[in-house]
Amino acid sequence: MNPKKANPMDSVNAKGKCEAAGVRPPEPARLDLAEVRERLRAKRGPEFWRSLDELAATPAFQDLLHREFPRHASEWTDGVSRRRFLQLASASLALAGLTGCTKQPVEKIIPYVRQPEQLIPGRPLYFATALTLGGYATGVLAESHQGRPTKIEGNPDHPASLGATDVFTQAAVLTLYDPERSQTILRAGRQGGTWGGFVGEAGATLRALQAINGRGLRLLTGAVTSPTLAAQIADLLRRFPEARWHRWEPAGRHQSAAAAARAFGRPLETRYDFTRARVIVTLGADVLCEGPEGVRYSRDFADGRRVRGDRQEMSRVYAVESVPSHSATVADHRLQLTPPQVEAFTLALAQRLGAAPSGGPVVSDATAVRWLEAVAQDLEQNRGASLVIAGEYASPAAQVLVHAVNQALGNVGSTVYHLEPLEADPVDHVASLRELVRDLNAGQVELLLMLDGVNPVYTAPADFGFAQALQAAQKNTVLVHHGLFDDETSEYCHWHIPAAHELESWSDARAFDGTVSLIQPLIDPLYGGKTSHEVLAALSNQPDVTSYDVVRQFWSTRLTAGGAFEAAWREALLKGLIPGTAASPTPAALAGGAVEQAAGEILAALGRVEQGQITLLFRPDPAIWDGRFASNAWLQELPKPIVKLTWDNALILSPKTAERLNVSFHETVEVSAGGRKVDAAVWILPGVAEDTALLTLGYGRKRAGKGTGQGFNAYALRTSNALWSLPAVQVRGTGGRYELACTQNHHLIRGDEVNEDALATEAAAERHVIRTGTLAELRHDRDFIQKEREKPAADDSMYPNYKYPGHAWGMAIDLNVCTGCSACVVACQSENNIPVVGKQQVLAGREMHWLRIDRYFAGDLDAPQIHHQPLPCMHCETAPCEVVCPVAATAHSDEGLNDMVYNRCVGTRYCSNNCPYKVRRFNFLRYSDKDTPVLALVNNPDVTVRMRGVMEKCTYCVQRIEQAKIESKVEHKPIAANQVQTACQQVCPTRAIVFGDINDPQWDVTRWKADPLNYGLLEEINTRPRTTYLAKLRNPNPLLEPAEGAEHGHA
Amino acid sequence: MQIFHRSTNTVAKVSIFGSIFFLAFFGWVYSTLLRSSYVTGQYVVKKQPVPFSHDHHVRGLGIDCRYCHTSVEKSSFAGIPPTETCMNCHRQIWTNADLLEPVRASYRDGLPLQWTRIHDLPDFVYFNHSVHIAKGIGCATCHGRVDKMPLMFQDASLQMEWCLSCHRDPVKNVRPRQEIFNMSWQPPADPQQAKALQARLAKEYDIHSLTSCSTCHR
Repeated sequence: MNPKKANPMDSVNAKGKCEAAGVRPPEPARLDLAEVRERLRAKRGPEFWRSLDELAATPAFQDLLHREFPRHASEWTDGVSRRRFLQLASASLALAGLTGCTKQPVEKIIPYVRQPEQLIPGRPLYFATALTLGGYATGVLAESHQGRPTKIEGNPDHPASLGATDVFTQAAVLTLYDPERSQTILRAGRQGGTWGGFVGEAGATLRALQAINGRGLRLLTGAVTSPTLAAQIADLLRRFPEARWHRWEPAGRHQSAAAAARAFGRPLETRYDFTRARVIVTLGADVLCEGPEGVRYSRDFADGRRVRGDRQEMSRVYAVESVPSHSATVADHRLQLTPPQVEAFTLALAQRLGAAPSGGPVVSDATAVRWLEAVAQDLEQNRGASLVIAGEYASPAAQVLVHAVNQALGNVGSTVYHLEPLEADPVDHVASLRELVRDLNAGQVELLLMLDGVNPVYTAPADFGFAQALQAAQKNTVLVHHGLFDDETSEYCHWHIPAAHELESWSDARAFDGTVSLIQPLIDPLYGGKTSHEVLAALSNQPDVTSYDVVRQFWSTRLTAGGAFEAAWREALLKGLIPGTAASPTPAALAGGAVEQAAGEILAALGRVEQGQITLLFRPDPAIWDGRFASNAWLQELPKPIVKLTWDNALILSPKTAERLNVSFHETVEVSAGGRKVDAAVWILPGVAEDTALLTLGYGRKRAGKGTGQGFNAYALRTSNALWSLPAVQVRGTGGRYELACTQNHHLIRGDEVNEDALATEAAAERHVIRTGTLAELRHDRDFIQKEREKPAADDSMYPNYKYPGHAWGMAIDLNVCTGCSACVVACQSENNIPVVGKQQVLAGREMHWLRIDRYFAGDLDAPQIHHQPLPCMHCETAPCEVVCPVAATAHSDEGLNDMVYNRCVGTRYCSNNCPYKVRRFNFLRYSDKDTPVLALVNNPDVTVRMRGVMEKCTYCVQRIEQAKIESKVEHKPIAANQVQTACQQVCPTRAIVFGDINDPQWDVTRWKADPLNYGLLEEINTRPRTTYLAKLRNPNPLLEPAEGAEHGHA
Repeated sequence: MQIFHRSTNTVAKVSIFGSIFFLAFFGWVYSTLLRSSYVTGQYVVKKQPVPFSHDHHVRGLGIDCRYCHTSVEKSSFAGIPPTETCMNCHRQIWTNADLLEPVRASYRDGLPLQWTRIHDLPDFVYFNHSVHIAKGIGCATCHGRVDKMPLMFQDASLQMEWCLSCHRDPVKNVRPRQEIFNMSWQPPADPQQAKALQARLAKEYDIHSLTSCSTCHR
């Protein structure tokens, strides 16, 4: 888990640029896209494909397909000298003899001196708390084993969670223990400082400032929704009336706030209610997996798309966008347009619906025109039950138009509602930061306090020159930085105060709907961190006040349900939120002239667009957000939901644009605009619009723990007037090569390839691991998926069938609502102690995730559909892995689980060789970090930490099953239906995964498996998988896709 | 021309048969060694910060197991008492005993006592006390006559074959739930009666043989 500290023999080098790498697999020949197209024309490629290599059927791909692991995965790839080899060989010989004599080491039992009241040793406790992203809270239940938090679950009572979480929340426990966190107070010259020293020096400066009403005192924070912190800051500003509070949230809702200010006259926040939406149109927005409301939106969205049993209804979703978003992967229709074309489409749609003044043929492309009509008709037929979403990344003008469209459609008050800003004292962040830079440069700042991990040196818009301003101010200004990491900004500061992690803090924050969520600590600060509350209290001459005092004090006057504060406080802590604090919708009337102005603005912008110019889009990274999670190895190694890159970002281009620029995978380019430039490596992603490039934020960091030096810095090009979209960038190949670790071709499976032998028929070749259909097909023939299935008879095996008189565990995954958000992957990693292997090992195909999400493209090379398929172990009835294990280390349990016994495994890897689903993972090296003591704390004590040389794989969270069984036996009552949840199921925002006892009709899983959409993967080879899938359905608009052409499985 | 002396035949025979005996002997040594106290820690008394006597506290004073091992019915871990539990009595009696100084020091300084683990299963084994209690397995079945141990030691080998000997046929070790904490309980002397009792309890407590790997290994 801490790749840097592993010993050389187990070297897991996380930061390998290609030049630093050892011996790599030979570079494959450059993929010739023209040739791919040629091949596609000549021979119909596979209907679903994972990569361009697959589409082209390159020899390298064929090789990967037939292998258990990529070539070289099983080889020693680091250069080994003869001398080193002899050392290792002799050492292992000597050790081989010694293993017979090992005795278990003597262990200690260390009981409490005074045992906490509710604690039962060996049983976890759960505490309701909250974790924030960009200032907004998600309610969670943190699992604590004897005082150490090990796992985060969603809080079912919290409106932003409903029991699920996103990837960042799941990974929070790793950040908590991260040994790269800053651990000491640093003062100028990087010497160690003390809290007392800081309080003394800052106090002296403040006393001096008191005389001039605090002129020169500046505070910089991210978005703040915490009522307590806001009150503290307000108090500070009262005492120092001339002090200023600046805000900078790098991936905040800047354009949305600007648009709302223009449309409604004040920066209202817009929220959606997907439960009432029958037609949803997204215009470049990704509302499902981004931001603090994504989890809740995903649930509501999925509920509208779930087709089960008699409910043969689903909403219809149109996605118009330039880069593939999560919502588009579950949409019925996707229209791929360049960013200016998306704006044009927005304007045209507003015009067509009578929400904007008509004028000028805005959209001329035939497809777009057809789309416009179809979408408009559908919206008009569903007035009040439709939803048009532009999202933060659309220009403020386009967002104004969308506000008008929703008003015109009568959606406001039904599917769309507005809230007064939840941020305390809302300001325009860009203007606020600009003002700070101006004053820093003008020497008007005496004391700058940067709170709570704000990292402007790295994240500020490039045109602000924040680093230079800070450097210039160093002489006359006291610069204080408070954050989890000693980062790019703290390098310039006189003081750096380590921050306490949210799992170590008392605080509060508002959720996306305004609900106040209480944050309570699970553990004392590991590295002596201070909360923002404590830093601010120290500046108010209260250096010894704890954040508990501050938060409790704040609420003691406000939380008095009938005078009984203590009871109300305890109730709120128990629930993790203060009931009744959700903001109520506020009426919003469109400001006169706003729409006309917006329409004019878009028309003018369209006039400036030149053909062939590349627009560079910036987006928060799906794994490390704005860079704040850069040191989190779980998130770094998470294959990014759509691109499947790990450990790096890349300049993402469409196949056509890459062809035009004559660049290909892994090749370096220089991206420049307005005199600024950034070097990046190229990744080609089908589904990106032409003339569009995407570079996610958060990479290219200089001081970020494990994230240091990974990827390319998008902030270097991001300016204050181009926060999300930078037109007219130059991209020039520089001839270099930077190896990107992408997992899209790892663990390949294909139905037709498995069926090479006599089983292979034409029908089998047609059957793919992904099955799709349309709602119309389902209505026409309920069993259309069942008719495609080829299930061998129950007795069609040489082995006798197992009998399961008790439980029989199984899983079903609904492909229809899986958005690919990957929260399940991180949840599985956290629950099952799955190690991180580092970039070099990912390149060798050795990533250890038990649950992977395969991403498939379908259809057109330049505008494909995208499908996600989460793939855990199938727990086959006739498991091919079980029969080949020479030491019976993988065995069938009496409840149908395919057990993996680590202590028996000798590492022959026959099982993984024989697994048609490629779900087994082998510990080629000692990936579990046993050298960093603090990282042992993050492990789940109920799951074995695996050693080198053993196979592992998904266990269906057997520790949870066993716990439930034991509890039922101890309490003498049967396991209630749906009481056992796997980690992936519990975290899933859309409830796409269900697990349970398939012997018992009371469990949801049994109902799902009886659904007509249910099918098994490769079931024709008679593995009888326990994990099955529900086919993915689309609900296409007949205007865009006539029913007779809607043959299932086709785009 | 004879290259080898006639006696070579004997040497060859002896070495062929001898090697078999030698291998068998080696195998016997190996398996005996693996089952020996040296490896299993069975019957070995380990040094503890305080020479706590179960014999005195359980048999002598009649303190129930659960007074100290509080979580045995609720958790995988039976629980080692916090210093506070010791001090409940020892702030009243033997308040100046030298032997108890570590306990008093722990209570005074807030630093826990560090006991040496006696029953130590490998980390890949997940044993759960509560379910064994719920199923009618007595403490003494695995831990032996703790009430006769002045110093604690491990009574069973705790090896997998020992676990499986019961998991394959758990009925033979079942006792009435009310007798679980009774150190001296014996099944009825009459084998017929004992069998009948165990069969009845196995039915009542819903006891099955559990030998799937994941029952213990996760």
